[in-house]
Amino acid sequence: MPAELIANVALQGILTGLVYGLMALGLSVIFGVVRVVNFAHGEMMTIASYAAIVAFGAWNIDPLVAMVPIAVILFALGYVMQAVLINPFVNRPEHSQFILLAAVAIIMVNALLMVFGPDARSVLVDYSLDSVEIGPLLVDKVRVITAVLALAIAAGLFAFFRLTRTGRAIRACADNYLGALVVGLNVRRLYALTFGIGSACVGAAGAMMVLLIDTTPSIGPAFTLQAFVIVIVGGLGSMPGALLGGILIGLSEAMSGLFFAPSAKSMFAVALLILVLLFRPQGLLGRKA
Amino acid sequence: MIARLVDGVPKRALILLGLLMAAMLVAPLLVDPYILSVLVIILYFAYTGQAWNVMMGFAGQLSLGHALYVGLGGYTAAALYVHFGIGPWAGVWVAIAISMAFGLGIGFLAFRFGIGGVYFALLTIAFAEFTRIGFDHFDWVNGSGGLFLPVEQYSVNDLPNLRGSPTMFYYILLALTAGAFLLCRWLLTGRIGYYWLAIREEPEAAQTLGINVFRYKMIAVAISAGMTALSGVFFAFYYNNLFPEQIFNISRSIELILGPIIGGVGSLFGPILGAFVLTVLAETVTEVMHALGYEIPGIKQVFYGICLLVVIIYLPHGIWPPLRKRLGLEQKP
Repeated sequence: MPAELIANVALQGILTGLVYGLMALGLSVIFGVVRVVNFAHGEMMTIASYAAIVAFGAWNIDPLVAMVPIAVILFALGYVMQAVLINPFVNRPEHSQFILLAAVAIIMVNALLMVFGPDARSVLVDYSLDSVEIGPLLVDKVRVITAVLALAIAAGLFAFFRLTRTGRAIRACADNYLGALVVGLNVRRLYALTFGIGSACVGAAGAMMVLLIDTTPSIGPAFTLQAFVIVIVGGLGSMPGALLGGILIGLSEAMSGLFFAPSAKSMFAVALLILVLLFRPQGLLGRKA
Repeated sequence: MIARLVDGVPKRALILLGLLMAAMLVAPLLVDPYILSVLVIILYFAYTGQAWNVMMGFAGQLSLGHALYVGLGGYTAAALYVHFGIGPWAGVWVAIAISMAFGLGIGFLAFRFGIGGVYFALLTIAFAEFTRIGFDHFDWVNGSGGLFLPVEQYSVNDLPNLRGSPTMFYYILLALTAGAFLLCRWLLTGRIGYYWLAIREEPEAAQTLGINVFRYKMIAVAISAGMTALSGVFFAFYYNNLFPEQIFNISRSIELILGPIIGGVGSLFGPILGAFVLTVLAETVTEVMHALGYEIPGIKQVFYGICLLVVIIYLPHGIWPPLRKRLGLEQKP
């Protein structure tokens, strides 16, 4: 197999992986702060993808433009979900939280199925088939654009958590729940805000994803699992870890598609998850709990 | 031993249980084939839910990958039957052994490496998914093409080979469900039940008291996995086909734990009640939608999801514990 082909496929995998990383970043932020497993994460991404498909189909809006209002809508959805549904569950046992979000996920997948049917949909923009030359390599233009956007959004989020008062307050909630209450932070509102921010990430990722893959209602659960794999491999609550995890998973998918059967691609991701859980449960870039 | 099973149980509860069992025993004589098929589904979920409950409800280990054991059990017995003509009554022991071995393997890795809570749950999903994709490429059992059992019209029930009428399957499943119920009651009232309770509520305290936490968690996983393997064997011989995409699917794992969660995690009757409520609900929705002329895919599941949401928000411990109190069936200490 020519080295150039391998390098090309690897680069494509890495670029796609950055978009995966942005999706997983949303999950990492939510889990890192609220400590609730968002089992509806992939389903929320699918909602964003369908919003982008509708925007493109009805008004011919480029998904990369529609991404902004979609992220805002997902932010609102996440905020309301946390404020109304999840806040009362924060101190309930894990299996209760799980069933709550599993129920939300079931409703989301099947509502999409009711509205859009089971057929796969995708968006073909006029630059979909363009490619960019990087040295000897030839990569899809959409993958380069989406990867750069994903990185930019991640950087923006990183700055938000480091530099703003609200961002610092949210990190305080994550570090010490009781302490945050004691110093008078409105933890419930900050939780809702966090869930909103995480949802906005997954919204942006979902809008971009329609340029990269075909969307069906049933891909939601698979992406929920994938987001978990990425976040745990990278390190829970570590933002660079989510991006690194995304890159690794994107790379392993691309490589296993090239060397083995494309249908076996998620097997390597799951194997990676098992290895990380056993030997480095805090993840590659995570801090030890 | 019998005394231990009924000790402290109110007489009314025993009478009601006896009446329920009697009703279930005569049901196939009275109902039409459709209702019988619904009863089979109810018992399937009641039994499988009970098996899952041993791990989660008794020992406090949340498994979200129980479809793994259903699939392994089903595939083992079916493959032995299809390839070597080994009947299910012999194959079932192999199925149980393999499921237990997998369960113990996962448990060993998780408990030795100190993985608990959400991480443990994700590990169980990961192993189930890994196995699903593995079976998709496992040619001996025909990979993603699915494994089929020979289907013929049977005039008489061939019990040794588990080929026969739905009524036969119904009684097998009824016996399994009743057996699982008694087994769980026996486990819970014995020393191991109290150990599990301690491990579930306060693992550190249990360790301090000298309970071998690792060993009793492993026992819970082994029992649960072995019991679940039986569901798989039943599934394979009842439906006569197995697809990795279906049987190992994560949505299957979720489906089979909804019953016990709705009914009441950790309670003995919860999984049975939960299976009744959920299945009847789902079938009713299907029928009503059908009668109204709505044939939209997904509408049933949306309704299902909403019901789940309502129960989990308003009845945090499931339906059974408050109902038990209302009926005055609580156990005397």
